[in-house]
Amino acid sequence: MIKPEIYHSLGLRDEDYQKILKILKREPTITELAMFSVEWSEHCSYSRSKKYLRFLPREGKYKVLVGEDAGGIVLDDLAVIFKMESHNHPSQIEPKQGAATGVGGIIRDIFTTGARPIALMDSLRFGPLTDSYNKFLLHGVVDGIQFYGNCLGVPTVGGEIYFESCYSGNCLVNVMSIGIAKRNKLARARATGVGNSILYVGASTGRDGIGGCSVLASQEFCNEVITSNEEKRPSVQIGDPFTEKCLIEATLEAINTGDIVGIKDMGAGGLTCATSEMAAAGGSGIEIELQNVPRREKGMESWEVMISESQERMLACVKKGKEKEIQNIFAKWDLNAVVIGKVTADRMVRVKDRGKVVAQIPADALANPPVYDLASKKPDYLDEIKKLDLDKISLPKNFNQVLLKLLSSPNIASKEWVYRQYDHMVQTNTVVLPGSDAAVLRLKENGRGTHLGGGTHLKGIAVTTDCNSRYCYLNPYRGAEIAVAEAMRNLVCVGAEPAGITDCLNFANPDKPDRYWQFKECIRGITDVCQFFQIPVVSGNVSFYNENPQDAIYPTPTIGMVGILPDINQRCNQYFKNEGDEIILLGICKEELGGSEYLKEIHSLVKGEIPELDLELEKSVQKTTLEVINQGLVNSAHDCSEGGLAVALAECCISRRSWSTDNREKKIGCKIDNLPSALKTDALLFGETQSRIVLSAKKSAVNKIKSIAQKNNTPLRIIGKTGGERLIIETDKRKVIDLPLDKLENSWRQD
Amino acid sequence: MLEAEIYITLKKVVSDPQGLTIKHALESMGYQKVIKDLRIGKLISIKLEVNDKNKAEKLVNEMCKKLLANPIIEDYKFRLKEIK
Amino acid sequence: MMIKFGVVVFPGSNCDQDCFYVIKDVLNQPVEYIWHKETKISGFDCIVLPGGFSYGDYLRTGAVARFSPVMNAVKEFAEKGGLVIGICNGFQILLEAGLLPGAMLRNKNLRFICENVCLRVEKNNTSFTNLYAKKQVLKIPIAHNEGNYYLDKNSLEELKRNQQVVFRYCSASGEINEKYNPNGAIDNIAGIINKQGNVLGMMPHPERSAEKALGSEDGLFIFKSIVKFTQKR
Repeated sequence: MIKPEIYHSLGLRDEDYQKILKILKREPTITELAMFSVEWSEHCSYSRSKKYLRFLPREGKYKVLVGEDAGGIVLDDLAVIFKMESHNHPSQIEPKQGAATGVGGIIRDIFTTGARPIALMDSLRFGPLTDSYNKFLLHGVVDGIQFYGNCLGVPTVGGEIYFESCYSGNCLVNVMSIGIAKRNKLARARATGVGNSILYVGASTGRDGIGGCSVLASQEFCNEVITSNEEKRPSVQIGDPFTEKCLIEATLEAINTGDIVGIKDMGAGGLTCATSEMAAAGGSGIEIELQNVPRREKGMESWEVMISESQERMLACVKKGKEKEIQNIFAKWDLNAVVIGKVTADRMVRVKDRGKVVAQIPADALANPPVYDLASKKPDYLDEIKKLDLDKISLPKNFNQVLLKLLSSPNIASKEWVYRQYDHMVQTNTVVLPGSDAAVLRLKENGRGTHLGGGTHLKGIAVTTDCNSRYCYLNPYRGAEIAVAEAMRNLVCVGAEPAGITDCLNFANPDKPDRYWQFKECIRGITDVCQFFQIPVVSGNVSFYNENPQDAIYPTPTIGMVGILPDINQRCNQYFKNEGDEIILLGICKEELGGSEYLKEIHSLVKGEIPELDLELEKSVQKTTLEVINQGLVNSAHDCSEGGLAVALAECCISRRSWSTDNREKKIGCKIDNLPSALKTDALLFGETQSRIVLSAKKSAVNKIKSIAQKNNTPLRIIGKTGGERLIIETDKRKVIDLPLDKLENSWRQD
Repeated sequence: MLEAEIYITLKKVVSDPQGLTIKHALESMGYQKVIKDLRIGKLISIKLEVNDKNKAEKLVNEMCKKLLANPIIEDYKFRLKEIK
Repeated sequence: MMIKFGVVVFPGSNCDQDCFYVIKDVLNQPVEYIWHKETKISGFDCIVLPGGFSYGDYLRTGAVARFSPVMNAVKEFAEKGGLVIGICNGFQILLEAGLLPGAMLRNKNLRFICENVCLRVEKNNTSFTNLYAKKQVLKIPIAHNEGNYYLDKNSLEELKRNQQVVFRYCSASGEINEKYNPNGAIDNIAGIINKQGNVLGMMPHPERSAEKALGSEDGLFIFKSIVKFTQKR
């Protein structure tokens, strides 16, 4: 008789256990109980979020591919596959290995579809660096990403890093990967064809992350855990990028033979998740013999083998009679590939250990856990926090000082010291390097290096990640809308048409009604804005329980987005190129300071109503920007985000990358003397009004740009000229900002 | 059976920035007076199916010279101990 | 006349495909992959040891790869005067294999560095650099953790005396000093050649700066120099 304490400690609730009894029509064995506990944990099953995720749009201009583990879009004869996933809790405990294995996991989700991974992005959030543990986490996570990603030869082309006190004790590590495949060479994560073989591929199984899935990922950190990380450490997995690199090559080669029926990463939930989900997706059953599973440790129990999360492993379904050929490919790369079972017709996952059946569960029931809807309630803090009287905020005397302080604030300062540690050039596709609004990659043929169709294929993709979680805290619905809109704007600024989203939804404990309300509101925001722009959500991940006893994290629905460039030769980036170009602002300036970086950094306030988002205006600004870039009319384009117009202009002046550490290529300053004057100066300079893009263009192009803007009904204003070695901003004939570029750059660049 | 514990460090003449960093860290924690020098290295342990110490010594020397240490920048030393 | 290149693939190589692509699609020359377990190589004019993390670089960069079966064949090929170029990890393998003198230490800042740098051509009368001018400044990126080239004093003197230094890290105007040394390499050395002049090792990645779209075409001229030299031969 299994006592409630046991299944409770495995994270199963009373009603879950009753369901298990109903499914099995008997008591579960220990192995079965362990399998249910990992497969039904929130981490694997999304039981607390599934109901709302269904609302996310799945259709857009480009045909959408939704697979079992990752999704993508179709571009000509290529599939562009992408997904973002969190590895928050493991990184909080062991940052280097946590982040490294996060990279490994997402990469496996990409190449098991048959796509070659061509890029990585990281969206990271930490508590303030004044706390030495947060500093340790930041450096550890960056180290883990470089250790794993660099070795794989997949370029890390960008991402974001934010610091807010709510992430102390619960950092966020969201990793996105993008891959490309020939559309007709994609693989699914399913097992079909009775008698086909089930092949275990990759590293050996040890006691890694035993219980990590349900115990580690689905419990909020309590005090005890935070003070005794030492004890938690053994359940963190260790990454092996070298094995993963060999797995990439061998797997792509194996899929290319056409003899792989289906293949799936063994990530969270290990063998349990892989067997049950592959069987369920294929409408089949799977029978395996555990004695055939390669092991690293002695004396492992059958339940341990079933739920181990050892890294760099996959499960494949191989056509009967083709096992040897597939095994030879893996053997060439010195990788295990062992037949451990076969596909059956009875739709059961049957696990044997030395011939004895230790688990026998209907695959569908195991892979389709109960879906809950939880209680939700608008949080109490919201009414209080929105009260902000702009008139009571004292106007700074020296705006130069404010600008320098903002440029050096951790959220805005250059992240070059981080991405310099990532190989962002390998594969030689990165044509807009990290440091602009989005990275741009040209598309070479999947596989071993020839251009598409033999000629020069000019299409490219742009990628970005975005989320201003402070906005989502102050207004979850609109904050989520803005996250999507800003991601789109970033893509548009490099000349790409937004095409699809992967979302990584990081929230606090959903069992608390106010947290669940935040989750539902953010989903509603993403859904509405995606529907408006007809942008599909092709894949995603939910991470709940991101809180510790002091604090819940801000709701953080990170948006990873991919856009298409019709011609990479028309790509754009953010820095000024020439002296004497006209500077054009698309969009309008409003008096909006709520939730801004300025309020937080200068006035220590996290308050107010966040900026409005007028979807029609947003659409028009993006349309105009894309048209003027595609027609080659502008020399730079940059989105206004954290820090407002003044920070955006400063970045246009100083963010040019150089070839030599000292002799930097010439930076170009500007003089802004035609701003709308009715606004308070701080709001004008540092307010974060949405839907604004700064362009620079030759004088001769301005009329064409104006007529395109007029056609699209886009507000446009010529605000100044590039040139000189200073950033000068005047309002009402008064210089409010006047700083040499060196000084701006020194504040912004940090090491 | 014998176990060889092989210690590999950078040569004294080669600068060891990792070691220096850790030395500074310890110094800033209050150990400045007691630390004279700090070097970082790797430890490789090998269980040998060999019982003869002389033979084992010869083998380990060979392994170190061939692969485990790079004589241009690294020194190695090792000790052998009996294990069951 | 077509010049045939071979790109060696070790487990963990990750710039093999980039080199292959540049040779085939940018340079328009024939190229084949050579699996590291091959014991014979024939019919090639130039062998490329590409960048990456051979065997994970888990012991020491390049230390395990040098024992791959193919390396004996590469040695034989080089002894017969065949051209061998090692890029990044390939350079590290050449050092471990003793085909070039010296060793690599970790970068002085202890971090991986991926960055655009400037290089000065110190020697242009080689099979690999004959299309550059002497003292020409090249824009070629680096990406490595262990590029801090080390050599004891006497060996360094010998290297200089034999004019084996091919590239040095420099400023955009060609100035050489510690300020423009990204990784701490002795004497700002970024690339060297053997005494016979047929084996080149360099830390920067010429295959990453061989097309206009990537911001510099300077690297392409290394491959073009190889073609020119071999055609004349």
